[in-house]
Amino acid sequence: MGNVSRIRWGEFAIESLLRVLGFSAITFLFLIFVFLLREGVPFFFQVPVSNLFGARWYPTFDIFGIFPLFLGSLFVTIVAMMIAFPLGLAVAVFTREVAPHWVRGVLKPTIEVLAGIPSVVLGFFGMTLLVPVVREKLGAPTGLTAFTGGLVLAYMSLPTIISVSEDALDAVPKSYRDAGLAMGATKWQTIWHVIVPAARSGILMALMLGMGRAIGETMAVMMVTGNAARMPLTADSLFRPVRTMTATIAAEMGEVASGSVHYHALFGIGLVLFILTFLINLAVASMMFKRVSRGGLR
Amino acid sequence: MYESVLERVERRVNFLFVKGLFGSVLLLLALVLLTGCGEPSSLALQGGVGGTVETIENKGSDTMVNLALAWVEEYTCLHSDVRISVTGGGSGTGIAAMINGTVDIANASRSMKPEEMAAARENGIEPVEFVVARDAIAVVVHPTNPVNALTLQQISDIYTGKLTNWHQVGGEDRPIVLLSRESNSGTYVYFLENVIRLGNEESDLLFSPDTLLMPSSEGISAEVRQNPNAIGYDGLGYVTPDQKVLAVGGDADGPYVMPSVRTVNDGSYPIARPLYMYTAGEPTGQIAAYLEWVLSDGQALVADLGFVPLR
Repeated sequence: MGNVSRIRWGEFAIESLLRVLGFSAITFLFLIFVFLLREGVPFFFQVPVSNLFGARWYPTFDIFGIFPLFLGSLFVTIVAMMIAFPLGLAVAVFTREVAPHWVRGVLKPTIEVLAGIPSVVLGFFGMTLLVPVVREKLGAPTGLTAFTGGLVLAYMSLPTIISVSEDALDAVPKSYRDAGLAMGATKWQTIWHVIVPAARSGILMALMLGMGRAIGETMAVMMVTGNAARMPLTADSLFRPVRTMTATIAAEMGEVASGSVHYHALFGIGLVLFILTFLINLAVASMMFKRVSRGGLR
Repeated sequence: MYESVLERVERRVNFLFVKGLFGSVLLLLALVLLTGCGEPSSLALQGGVGGTVETIENKGSDTMVNLALAWVEEYTCLHSDVRISVTGGGSGTGIAAMINGTVDIANASRSMKPEEMAAARENGIEPVEFVVARDAIAVVVHPTNPVNALTLQQISDIYTGKLTNWHQVGGEDRPIVLLSRESNSGTYVYFLENVIRLGNEESDLLFSPDTLLMPSSEGISAEVRQNPNAIGYDGLGYVTPDQKVLAVGGDADGPYVMPSVRTVNDGSYPIARPLYMYTAGEPTGQIAAYLEWVLSDGQALVADLGFVPLR
């Protein structure tokens, strides 16, 4: 009797501890959001709208046009996804559908190790190896460009894209494959017309998660994009420098006077970033929810 | 046979003796170094022979922090009866603290503004200015760039984006890639006000949006080293030998002047600024002694830290 009650009590203690920890994660997220709001929202009222939506960012002279930074982040992320998504999907299809068993056994852990490389190392790699190549071989005036940033970010988001879309492919029932082959389709036709479409929501999720990784990346981007706050709207923008929101916060936060307009401006940028990544994660979550409710993780 | 053994023993003894001597010399050296510079403050506190230990507060410009620290390290080595604490925070912070009477010496990489002077007088303080060193900004390009000299006006036009190709200033047909320090750097503001705006306070010229903002001096030198299109600027002391320093001219008829200790001090190199220390009122006692040392023997340290000594 006493034994049983002790077990019950212990279980209760562990259960409530887990509950507290679970809720504390949400609480912390909420507190971070409140803090960002408190520090960032004043910015949008302190600065006139025409200044805020201007095309120039000179915080030292109270010119706070957030657009070049916003577009810069978006631009680099899109470039990265255009490189990483087709490549990542191809690698996932190869490892899951085409490669022999032992190759898969080697590739999968290797790709997961790639995800663990610190971003500053990749940034340094990009600065010393990619930057000269981009300038000399691609004819850009400087190697510190949006394209270089996109390349480094693509490399960084590849592991995420590969492993998530591979899981999605993995979740496609064997009967789909068998049915495709039984209908007389070739292996390629089965992959392209049956398996990949069946796993599309999971693959889309991989894209979104890769995007979330890319847009929030700071150090590597700061090292290879040149950080010029120009609007990436001209045709040659791909091979021109660009300044992202993350790099701006990282570069300027150290010296800013607490409570100044510039300080609030950096938190304002943080708020925009937070909302952007939150929306991406929300999209992923809703996709996941749909998948679960449809039955089976696909 | 016999001899050779003796010889060997003798050699062994000699060796040991020499080694021992060498070792004790090393030990002695280490002791000298330790007692000379290791913990002067604690020694002074223990001994307290020369009376009480006086503390001087020194605060201000981040540009000058390393220089001020080097001075203090050397000075407290020589004078164990004084402790000097150095903090950064920016020129404005240091000057404000001096006005409020919380620090004894304010470091500033600019001279005090009239409104700061007024605020000081309101507090009953008459600030005294000392020029303690100079900081020159060198304009650098890739070593293979054929351009040797630019006027201030040309540099300004290049950095505002008016001139975009090296052939417009007598170089090869290459695009110009602009490099700058990040906007929070004091050098950035100085360069903008004195080169891009040519010292004109009415001017609202800004860096071209295409300017690459590099997080560090190393970022600038790395890009200048490898990119023949690049132009950059940085403190004279940060310029490495693998970059080409340009001569700068006040106007088109010259003279074009290379930055050096001599040209900075005689005022012929146009992109240089004095670095200041301010005290609240005419300094006395330990503060006066310290400043006097900074202006005399202390100048020997200035060049090592990338600044230009006064003499």
